[in-house]
Amino acid sequence: MWGRRGRWAGRGGAEELRARRREREAALRRARRQEQLVSKRLLREDSAAEERGRDGAEIVPDPLSEDEVLELLRGVQRGSEDRKRSLSRLRHALQNKDTQQKFVRLVGSIRTLVGLFTSSLADVQMEAARCLHELSHSSDPAVAEACLPVTSYLLTYLSGHSVEFTELCLYTLGNLVVESEAVRKQLLPQGIIPVLASCIQSPHEAVLEGLGYVLSQLLQAKEAPTEIVPLVLDSVLPQHMLRLVCSGLKAGTGAAVEFAWCLHYIVCSHIADAALLSLGTLPALTTLLLDLASEIPLDAPEGLELLVCPVLRCLSNLLAGDTGCQGQIRDERLLVALFLILQSFLQQHPFIVQEGLWLLNNLTDEPFFCSALLALDLLPALLQLLPCSPMAAELVLTVLCNIAEKGPALCRQLHQALPLLLPALALPDPQAVGQGLELLHLLFLHCPEVAADFIRQGGQQALEQHQSSPVLQERARALLDMARQPPGASATGPGHSTVSAFP
Amino acid sequence: MAMLPLPLPPGLRRRLQEGPGPPPPPAPPPPPPPPPAPPFAFTPRRLRLGLHHPLLEDGDVHRHLYLQGVLTSLAEVAERPKVSEFSCHISGCCQVFDTLEGYEHHYNTLHRNVCSFCKRSFPSAHLLDVHILEWHDSLFQIMAEKQNMYKCLVEGCVEKFKSSKDRKDHLVTAHLYPADFRFDRPRKVKSGPCHVSSPAKDGASVPMDVSVEMSEPFQVDPMETGPSENVEIPHPPASPDPATPEKRFYKSRIPSTICFGQGAARGFKGPRKKV
Repeated sequence: MWGRRGRWAGRGGAEELRARRREREAALRRARRQEQLVSKRLLREDSAAEERGRDGAEIVPDPLSEDEVLELLRGVQRGSEDRKRSLSRLRHALQNKDTQQKFVRLVGSIRTLVGLFTSSLADVQMEAARCLHELSHSSDPAVAEACLPVTSYLLTYLSGHSVEFTELCLYTLGNLVVESEAVRKQLLPQGIIPVLASCIQSPHEAVLEGLGYVLSQLLQAKEAPTEIVPLVLDSVLPQHMLRLVCSGLKAGTGAAVEFAWCLHYIVCSHIADAALLSLGTLPALTTLLLDLASEIPLDAPEGLELLVCPVLRCLSNLLAGDTGCQGQIRDERLLVALFLILQSFLQQHPFIVQEGLWLLNNLTDEPFFCSALLALDLLPALLQLLPCSPMAAELVLTVLCNIAEKGPALCRQLHQALPLLLPALALPDPQAVGQGLELLHLLFLHCPEVAADFIRQGGQQALEQHQSSPVLQERARALLDMARQPPGASATGPGHSTVSAFP
Repeated sequence: MAMLPLPLPPGLRRRLQEGPGPPPPPAPPPPPPPPPAPPFAFTPRRLRLGLHHPLLEDGDVHRHLYLQGVLTSLAEVAERPKVSEFSCHISGCCQVFDTLEGYEHHYNTLHRNVCSFCKRSFPSAHLLDVHILEWHDSLFQIMAEKQNMYKCLVEGCVEKFKSSKDRKDHLVTAHLYPADFRFDRPRKVKSGPCHVSSPAKDGASVPMDVSVEMSEPFQVDPMETGPSENVEIPHPPASPDPATPEKRFYKSRIPSTICFGQGAARGFKGPRKKV
């Protein structure tokens, strides 16, 4: 996909475009929350001849009447010289959702397409494949299911050698897979996994990227952990996927992106940790991040975030598993790489911040990384991430808690950060503030002198504002008690009340 | 909101070029810290996040937009180079192309996996091998009388069967293949019920409410030996050849060496006989 498809240039006002984009992203977030986010890929010839609308979007042809659709079908059934032209007209018409539905309901329509799709005439076959591809893009599961007769042929052609045709078959398969459980239920016994396992040895980047796409759709199915992931783990797919992800910086970045997301879905199935660890996934992905960070310019090129994101997720989730693998990566350069990456993506793709901080949380569970973070002088950068977003703030404070929990030596090094922590107590998000209070508790516990400084810097007022918050009041009060004890007095804990100079 | 660059210490990138630091000395595991006193509750915890965790939402939306083609990508749109017209170099095939992909696809479809005995072409080397074995290998026929020789066509399945029909039944029941899968035709020809004369209807208008399902106009011919006389659905030539304007309509037996723009090697699915 990378480099093959054109991008439409917005022709409307920039502000209007941004507003529309925000709306669309809000809708996508809603869909994602309801677990209804269905992504599909559409390969279309990006020709200048395609009409473009005012906002730059492609114009979809108007729906046709039943008669007109039937006429198109008859046109391709006729063995005339015009067949290829009829197929082109059909393909164009099938860009319309309505027409798609009407077409599949016609008796013999899919049979006809299958016949053309299996023709020995290469250009007829190609055009029929494009028609099927348009159908695969439908969001009506009935259309996907109407394409069931095609699947065995799609699989057969995956072992062919025509790159463009194979690519088209792969994306068509991927689209059908995500739309319909019936299609998946048929493809598995038809042997899709062994076919994909053969395909992954192809040297063609375009084929590999399409293959990654199909797999990524299969692996997101709700039945994937029980029905699909075991088959994948039993094949040679995982080792090739890992290889292709790790070589993705030099070549085949598009494919690397797809397989990185595949690995993420596999890790989320919870049954693959041991298999992936035995393949050396942890060191391999760590090295990938190191390589990426050492080459990445300050302004990361567009698209790399799609590789970084799933890699971060895999590392985080694998580290959080039960496998005891945590000791495998004691390499402080990982922290260096992580912060360089955060710096590069901060501006354009702030979502990378929370994903990176999640990894940092899992790493700083270990004392090794806590000490390393401070020794590498990364604390100021970490604190700079506080205002990024509520989720980022909560995670930053959690990481600081991880560090503080390791004892007085590290707490003392956090002392310098105190002025920056005070504003955190005024954040609107109670979860984040709660972590801030936990952090203060750890600091006061291990370094009583911090408490005195805290009061001097106006911390009391910062705490008092939370006295009426149900989530925060107990902890705020306990901290006030701790802070009011004279420094040096034994920190007996907030359970003992003290005589306070302040009423 | 414009983010300030992170205040990173200098020389960080250089640190990456150096090797990993010395491994930390194996320390005895520290004693577990006392549990936090209430109301405080913090303990370090590695987070394992599921597919639909809110933290992953923004990244997932971004991934979705990428797939939908909305985001820009790294490389420029690659120009598909157009070359001046050239023709297929297989002797007897006069198909013409103006893109390399078009030629590649044609070659792979018609010439690549071609049976040297009967000239049928197949979508893959695997299917070609199966065909040669089952159709043109007399030793296979002999052995098939004594043991199960017909291999399942699905990659990864090791089952073998004593007849082509048994294999087909297996493909249909175990692998959910269509009963009329075009790449698993039986060797013996039988003029079966599927001999519909629909090609005659090609070109004629067909009433909309035909209750009989229109059979495929491209019915794969069951294996016939010898050159076929079929031709029926005239195939559009890649470029009109003024020298043979009559190539579009023919009914008589045509030697396979004469091409009509579709390649001398006939496709595995020969065109249906026109009645």
